[in-house]
Amino acid sequence: MAILDGSLASNPRGRRSAMRIRQNLEGYLCIAPWLLGFLIFTLAPMLFSFYLSFTQWELIGSPKWVGLANFQRLTTDRNFTKSLYNTAYYAVFMVPLGAALAFLLANLLNQEVQGRAVFRTLFYIPAITPAVASAVLWLWMLQPQFGLVNMGLRVIGIDGPNWLGRTQWVKPAIILMGLWGQGQSIIIFLAGLQGVPRSLYEAAEVDGANALQRFFHVTIPMMTPTIFFVVVMGLIGAMQVFTQAYVLTEGGPANASLFYVLYLYLVAFRYFNISYASVLAWVLFVIILILTLIQFRLSNRWVYYEGEALGQTS
Amino acid sequence: MAVPLGSSTGEIRVTRQRQARSARTSRVTSKVIIYTLLVLGGALFTVPFFWMVTTSLKTMGQVLMFPPIWIPLPPQWENYARAWAYLPFGRFVLNTAIVTSVSSLGYLLSSSLVAFGFSRLRFSGRDTLFMVLLATFMLPSQVTLIPQFLLFQRLGWLNTLLPLIVPPYFGSAFYIFLLRQFMMSLPMELDEAARIDGAGSLRIFSTIIVPLARPALATVAIMAFMYNWNDFFGPLIYLTSPDKMTLAVGLQLFRGRFETEFNVLMAAATMAILPVFIVFFLTQKTFVEGIALTGIKG
Repeated sequence: MAILDGSLASNPRGRRSAMRIRQNLEGYLCIAPWLLGFLIFTLAPMLFSFYLSFTQWELIGSPKWVGLANFQRLTTDRNFTKSLYNTAYYAVFMVPLGAALAFLLANLLNQEVQGRAVFRTLFYIPAITPAVASAVLWLWMLQPQFGLVNMGLRVIGIDGPNWLGRTQWVKPAIILMGLWGQGQSIIIFLAGLQGVPRSLYEAAEVDGANALQRFFHVTIPMMTPTIFFVVVMGLIGAMQVFTQAYVLTEGGPANASLFYVLYLYLVAFRYFNISYASVLAWVLFVIILILTLIQFRLSNRWVYYEGEALGQTS
Repeated sequence: MAVPLGSSTGEIRVTRQRQARSARTSRVTSKVIIYTLLVLGGALFTVPFFWMVTTSLKTMGQVLMFPPIWIPLPPQWENYARAWAYLPFGRFVLNTAIVTSVSSLGYLLSSSLVAFGFSRLRFSGRDTLFMVLLATFMLPSQVTLIPQFLLFQRLGWLNTLLPLIVPPYFGSAFYIFLLRQFMMSLPMELDEAARIDGAGSLRIFSTIIVPLARPALATVAIMAFMYNWNDFFGPLIYLTSPDKMTLAVGLQLFRGRFETEFNVLMAAATMAILPVFIVFFLTQKTFVEGIALTGIKG
């Protein structure tokens, strides 16, 4: 008993560190699932795939060290450059158009009109359909003679193209499909819009601002953090476009819809060139990382956080 | 609202009335414009679904008609029967249901516990580890894809549902982030009061935090359900035989056989979409509210 009294009660530092140990234990126990998962499914694979990019391995035997040979191959790989171009094309149109569309729709859906809950649902539904199902649906919609899109165009006198069969139309078609599925971004913008303080709008109205002016001088500035979030996530997602191309065109016609991740998938699971696929994956990661860092840097110029002057680094 | 100098009260009243009337008209006009845009947009967004369902109930002869028939009579229900019979559709649904429910449960259990740890507990390295978690958002899944595949191959889990239902029990950075943000908005006094009463962390988690976090947990459950139901890439690389496939991958097999029989293809697509629709309609209010609650916007 005396020993216990001695070590805890009359030794505050001992008690503190005992509590510290217990706190650490509890904390780590709680986050253990994520931590373990991170080590097993994220960190270890990352390191292994990094190692693989310096080897040559097609699943037979064991990996053979080849140094930078895979990276050299990238420079002469036509498919690599084509897939990068295709993905960039898609991202350049998809991200701004998608964000703008979602933003406008969210503003519309935020107005006080009857039945706006119904409208919100309608705009969100396409986003929850399984990608394969919507791809198959669009396969039919884009059918040159009898699909809905070309029939609609015919009604206004335009002869619609063979969307999925022409090299210059296949990417726009996939972008169109992407725009249809912007529901997720609409919801995020809606949540953001509801966070803009009404007092700002009221103050602007008192100062004589009309609806358009309120939109440009209150809504947009206050929404810049949300817009930033949507654009960053949108770009990361756009760089990984895969399902539509896989289901509908398998990269065709003539590789016009060979997107980067589709190419990676083919290299890994059709040609079993595991090592080269690892290189492709890491290059994608680096590209996404650089693009995201650039966006964060630029954000100081245009993103306005409440309570800060524009241009301050947070 | 300036009134011209020298006006009498009568003139002021008339001017004000006129201003009030024009303000009302412009309010009505803007409502009309908004409504028109909403209806137009809503129609554009939903007409593909009508198109899908009407096509699924037509004969091929009716499908290839211009101008198109919008309500096919009599409805060809056998398209659905044919779609169901071509591939083990029932099996697809069962597999998808198993994968979705088991993994959603996994996400819920692990993500809420981890979020609790990151938000309510203090331990050394906590903030650094959270930064690591955030950093994983930027990691494209393709970087870890192949080694994960090889791992599952070693374990003998290829062509089983295991690669899809086990990892969720380790949590997901996204759901952990959402739940942590939410939990941070709950007052710490609750925890402190409970500790004074002698409760341990686990007790606090299960009896205080979890009940309070119900709306956010519901949102995560719904998101996880929909994400897993629709997941294509995972099932694509891990499930190779039709009896193991989920709806997403199975539907893709229809493309080869029914490439030009759009009516059957649409019937299959409709059947694949229906469950998600139903769940969404039943839960949408919770879902949309939940997003705002978790503070994802900022």
